[in-house]
Amino acid sequence: MKNKLTGLPKPVKILLWVLLALFAYAVPLLEPPIISTPGVDFGGVLFTVSIYCLVALGLNIVVGYAGLLDLGYVGFYAIGAYTVAILTSFHASWPLLLAIPVGVVAAMVSGVLLGAPTLRVRGDYLAIVTLGFGEIIRLVAVNTEWLGDTRGIKNIAKPPGVGGEEGWFQIPHLFWGDGTVLLDTEDKTKFLFFGVLDQIPYYWMGLTAVILVLIADILIKNSRVGRAWEATREDEDAAELMGVPTFKFKLLAFATGAFVGGLAGGLYASRQGFINPQSFLLLFSILYLAAVVVGGQGNRWGVLVGAALVAYLPQRFREFDDFRVLVFGLALVVLATVRPQGLLPPRRTVRAKKLEHELEELEEGTGEEENAHA
Amino acid sequence: MNFEFLFNNLPELTITGLAFGAIYALVALGYTMVYGVLQLINFAHSEVFMYGTFAMLWTVMALNGAEADGVKLIAILIAALFAAMLMSAAIALILERVAYRPLIKRDAPRLIALISAIGASFVLAELMGLRDKVAEWLGLDDNLDDYVSGARINNSMAGVLEKPRFDVAGVSVSSIDLIVIVAAVGMMVLLDQFVRRSRLGKGIRATAQDPETASLMGVNPTRTIQVTFLIGGIMAGIAAFLYMLKIETTRFDVGFLLGVKAFTAAVLGGIGNLRGALLGGLILGVAENWGSALFGTEWRDVIAFVLLVLILLVRPTGLLGESLGKARA
Repeated sequence: MKNKLTGLPKPVKILLWVLLALFAYAVPLLEPPIISTPGVDFGGVLFTVSIYCLVALGLNIVVGYAGLLDLGYVGFYAIGAYTVAILTSFHASWPLLLAIPVGVVAAMVSGVLLGAPTLRVRGDYLAIVTLGFGEIIRLVAVNTEWLGDTRGIKNIAKPPGVGGEEGWFQIPHLFWGDGTVLLDTEDKTKFLFFGVLDQIPYYWMGLTAVILVLIADILIKNSRVGRAWEATREDEDAAELMGVPTFKFKLLAFATGAFVGGLAGGLYASRQGFINPQSFLLLFSILYLAAVVVGGQGNRWGVLVGAALVAYLPQRFREFDDFRVLVFGLALVVLATVRPQGLLPPRRTVRAKKLEHELEELEEGTGEEENAHA
Repeated sequence: MNFEFLFNNLPELTITGLAFGAIYALVALGYTMVYGVLQLINFAHSEVFMYGTFAMLWTVMALNGAEADGVKLIAILIAALFAAMLMSAAIALILERVAYRPLIKRDAPRLIALISAIGASFVLAELMGLRDKVAEWLGLDDNLDDYVSGARINNSMAGVLEKPRFDVAGVSVSSIDLIVIVAAVGMMVLLDQFVRRSRLGKGIRATAQDPETASLMGVNPTRTIQVTFLIGGIMAGIAAFLYMLKIETTRFDVGFLLGVKAFTAAVLGGIGNLRGALLGGLILGVAENWGSALFGTEWRDVIAFVLLVLILLVRPTGLLGESLGKARA
């Protein structure tokens, strides 16, 4: 199966990817049964999933590629969200498309400012320093009137639409009756009108951001930078000896991760229209990290799966709302015990494991060698 | 910045700060010892502490501590202390068995152990936060109503204790603060001597230095890890008891912030270093109290983290360095 797929000619592969992307765009219109969330707006849930995917991709660069444990990633997310909120509503009235880049740059700058002094300390300290950073950002927001303190910020700008209130054109949803599938002409999504009721355009916006980040991620990972990150993660001293300026690359990983986090925060703020410090609790940093580790840190597809699970499952099973953190905790413990590499470990790890196994066999003199003698 | 307030009340602020710091230090021990032996951040240790506070609260409720006084009250408090120690130690051991040992055995990456610990922490906190539902499910809610009601809000034992204040050289001191400081520092000294002098302590230090060599020399690693968790749990139980004496209120998520601060204290003093944990805890407590007098109480939690970042920049291994293994006998 796998060989068949990788053996396909390149144009066919690209076509398959495009089809997959189109399907992803169409999911909220199809409203497939079982997957669709009863009682909660499906488009809204999918938007949350897309934001988690974005965050997980960003955090994967920091944790998965560069091997830096970041427990305060929500801080960058908050900086992106607050910058957008301040610029479009609270202290200025910029258009959103101008505010988001500023928010992203602000998150990136804060990443450099935090990373420059702290990336020199060892791994576990970094974890606790970043954890502190995330809490400081939140507490500053709670205590500063200029940032709206606990009341938060309202009326954050929506993305500009196409074609006014009615949209450019309207797309009907599918309706799944008893065994029949119908086009539901009552329930239509206005193409690119960002209103309050219909969340699907926001999902499309989030998904577009995910796809762009994903492409950038693939390009970076296969470049010199990606190799430098991996070398730093595997053995910092060896990498340094081979001429990799490890500190610079760690800082770059931190800044890139912050960039994506800021972008996710900005999009979130714009969809929500309202933010307050409660949206940036430390719990979220931990959820994001869990998404990365559950999916398989270092593998972008695994990370996407992890993010989708972490964001989607609690929404799907709302009836167990009280117990969801409990179940989530149990799932983490079980997963860590049963599948410590994550659901989809990166391919290189699998290869490295095989090599290790072969080496071990050679050392112990078991396996093929012995058979040959006999 | 309220310098005047800080300078006028410096002795009082320092003493209450030391009392907080002593509690941080006791909890920090659990982090620092586990880190010293396993190089793991024992994220769920905050929950070990939280269960201790509830054991204390429930014991006082069950023995009707609100109406007791004199010798009887003291007896109740001693019972509560033992209940807290027992509960915390039990939780710590369960934690080791369920969340860590399977991972240590197969030599899983450290990040995975952290994830497992985070998961265990969620489970423990939520079990306490949903105890009314759990009791209902077990059909025990009629019998246990006093204990399980208000699962998500503050549970208080206020009014059980009188807290006489007295003057020492013109400074008003709360008797509870004094008890907390003396008890905590005493326990730390005892533990320090235990790790330095006893056979088990020697085993802990050997495992911290080099687990493989230690096990070749006849130190049972699993046993040593268990003892480490046990000691951390007992200390957290004592911390929980002292915390309840001082604050008198607890909640299912009380461990979280306190745990983060205790870990900060451990890092501050040099993680893996017992004396460092004491020093780090006391400094953190005092700095927090002075800082909140200076900048306002709403900045209290920020101060701890800023202090941590500053210290790590100047001394990346903490104030006293990392040395559970290096402590000389």
